[in-house]
Amino acid sequence: MIRFPHLPLFPLLTVLFLLGPLVAGLWGTLLPAFGHFPAGGHTGPSLDPFRALLDWPGLSDASRLSLVTGVVSAVLSLAITALILAGWTGTRGFRVLERLLSPFLSVPHAAAAFGLAFLIAPSGWIARLFSPWLTGWERPPDLLILNDPWGLSLIAGMVVKEVPFLLLMSIAALGQIDGRRRMALSQSMGYGRIKAWMIAIFPALYARIRLPVLVVLTWAMSVVDVAVILGPSTPPTLSVQIVRWMSDPDIGFRLLAAAAALWQLVLVIAGVGLWFLGENLIARLACRLIQTGRRGRSDAPLRVAGFALGITVSLTLLLGFLGLIIWSFAGFWSFPDLLPDQFTLRSWMRHRTGSLDALAETSLIAGVSVIIGMILTIGCLETEERYGLRLTQRGMWLIYLPLILPQTAFLPGLQTLLLNLGLGMGRLPVILAHLVFVLPYLRLSLEGPWRAWDTRQATVAKALGATPNQILWRVRLPMLLAPLLTATAVGVAVSVGQYLPTLLAGGGRVETLTTEAVALASGGDRRAIGVFGLMQTAAAMLPFALALALPALVWRNRKGLLNG
Amino acid sequence: MVNGLHLGQVRILKDAAPLIEVDTHVAPGSVLTIMGPSGVGKSTLLSAIIGTLPPAFTLHGHVRLEGRDLLPLPPEDRCVGILFQDALLFPHLSVGANLAFGLAQGGTRAERRAQIENALAEVGLAGFADRDPETLSGGQRARVALMRMLLSKPKALLLDEPFSGLDASRREQVRKLVFDHARARALPVLMVTHDQEDADAAGGEVVRLG
Repeated sequence: MIRFPHLPLFPLLTVLFLLGPLVAGLWGTLLPAFGHFPAGGHTGPSLDPFRALLDWPGLSDASRLSLVTGVVSAVLSLAITALILAGWTGTRGFRVLERLLSPFLSVPHAAAAFGLAFLIAPSGWIARLFSPWLTGWERPPDLLILNDPWGLSLIAGMVVKEVPFLLLMSIAALGQIDGRRRMALSQSMGYGRIKAWMIAIFPALYARIRLPVLVVLTWAMSVVDVAVILGPSTPPTLSVQIVRWMSDPDIGFRLLAAAAALWQLVLVIAGVGLWFLGENLIARLACRLIQTGRRGRSDAPLRVAGFALGITVSLTLLLGFLGLIIWSFAGFWSFPDLLPDQFTLRSWMRHRTGSLDALAETSLIAGVSVIIGMILTIGCLETEERYGLRLTQRGMWLIYLPLILPQTAFLPGLQTLLLNLGLGMGRLPVILAHLVFVLPYLRLSLEGPWRAWDTRQATVAKALGATPNQILWRVRLPMLLAPLLTATAVGVAVSVGQYLPTLLAGGGRVETLTTEAVALASGGDRRAIGVFGLMQTAAAMLPFALALALPALVWRNRKGLLNG
Repeated sequence: MVNGLHLGQVRILKDAAPLIEVDTHVAPGSVLTIMGPSGVGKSTLLSAIIGTLPPAFTLHGHVRLEGRDLLPLPPEDRCVGILFQDALLFPHLSVGANLAFGLAQGGTRAERRAQIENALAEVGLAGFADRDPETLSGGQRARVALMRMLLSKPKALLLDEPFSGLDASRREQVRKLVFDHARARALPVLMVTHDQEDADAAGGEVVRLG
């Protein structure tokens, strides 16, 4: 039996693992941004990197793209989520949407983006469906749909991935709001469903999902993998350009990248400021509108639109997933045909070694980072329990900090810092970098079940003479098996999907399914993308299947533990 | 019997199992009290009447208000108001804005403001329009919730254990206020409660379930 000799250690270690890489990364960005980079033969301080950044002709376009695509996709994701919830919560239709959307939560961003690309590309399924009978296209049209200069397909890709996230976060938060009676009250005063929901429930819900919404906003403003796959390329979004400079063989470009990373941070802070301003404006406007007493009764078209949008998001993800499967098995497949001429295992055989190696690397990194993360998280929760501590609002911000801070602002710095200190990049730094993102999600998914556990069970055990450690190991953890496994699956999915931490902390030498898949984006070998995209999706989703199946197996004779 | 609220052989099933059965009529200005232990489906009956029955339940029979069949109508077209144990004032709106939310549409801003001030004065809360609902006492909140509901001009009033959240001294006062206002507007009132005092004070017919 493992003992807990130094309980207060866990919170300290967790904060260290969470904030250490963040602070180190920001420091490592700050130094080269001001011209200090001994490993590259530069000693600062100087403003040259910023001068070089200002001289880069793509700066204003790249900055505008990051800001606009980020804010627009966050607004759209939130609006679609709210419309679905307003029009349908508590109905059968809502349960249909929930079931259609929730499985896609764990699909890695890159795989979802590839799936969308396979649908909307000029040679994709949608074009094939309408060709040649409607469009007259005998060959894929020469249209710039993917990587369009306005970032429209990038926005679509982000919205499709963020709607399921926000929807599930909202469903969890709605459990704490007395929504049914609030709705009944407003509807009985003559308000239409959507208006009643927007006035009576949305403000309370938004207060609870504000942090996840900010995560969506800052993520969308600085994402790299989805933007490499779907975003414009000349110029790309600022974050993609930062990664390009970081991967340049000329090590001098790291200075420019560091300056751009700081600029990215400023942009994101400006975006968040803009968002807060928008929140304020909308709240004031809404208060004005509410006072007119307008009932908004004819909301049927809006309700239909919400349902249709939910179905569209789900269908896009589903068809994208199907597209990955079919491409990975496709033999010869000429343009307007909906299906390939023949199905073959050739692509799978060709990429067998490569994909299995990447799978092993992916699993190793995910496994180690999730194990460390689980030990720290459970240690923290147990410590808080024994010392009667509760996570404050400030603590919550601390947990969300790594998710809200743009990855491109501190991960490049982490790499240059490793270079400057003469430390190698590789698997260990990658694991530590993954841990920064795994820890928050483990905490968020365990927090609820851990607190919901009936502490009278502990009282009974204590009365029977059990020590606190015995209670933890023999009562609490076994009873919480299902949520512990779910949290593990969430952690694995988060680790599997990480692109930038793997690329930068690994110095490009650590090859996981995600880095391999994203690297294929520019080549356009769809069969290879299908293979790696599917493997990536499977690596993220299989743990969820296990998390569902295992408790049912272990507790097959314990009915009281099965309906959790 | 065209006037009032009519529940004609209403049966509610939960997952095809019978839950509750009611056949009654509430005349305008009178109060019908439904009593019974919790879990007997009293609140479910109320959500059936206002039209927010969860999908697991099915309703047989008919519900008429002033001769109008309510069942085919969406909740917002039924003109049936409801008050709960908690006042459920919206915490993000001032007291006045909460009332404006209830007040039927129409009128200029000045007219609406005047109507709200009148409503507040009617329940002894003149000058409370700009207050934060959180700063009100339980009895004051209950009075605001009542006026908010009445300003939306309902044609019937449902009360879901409306007074059990109040302390004993306030309870009688608020109870009298609610019943007086309902009577003055000739509203049929349907109250569910497990408090015998509520039933006695209502003075109308009492139906016992469970």
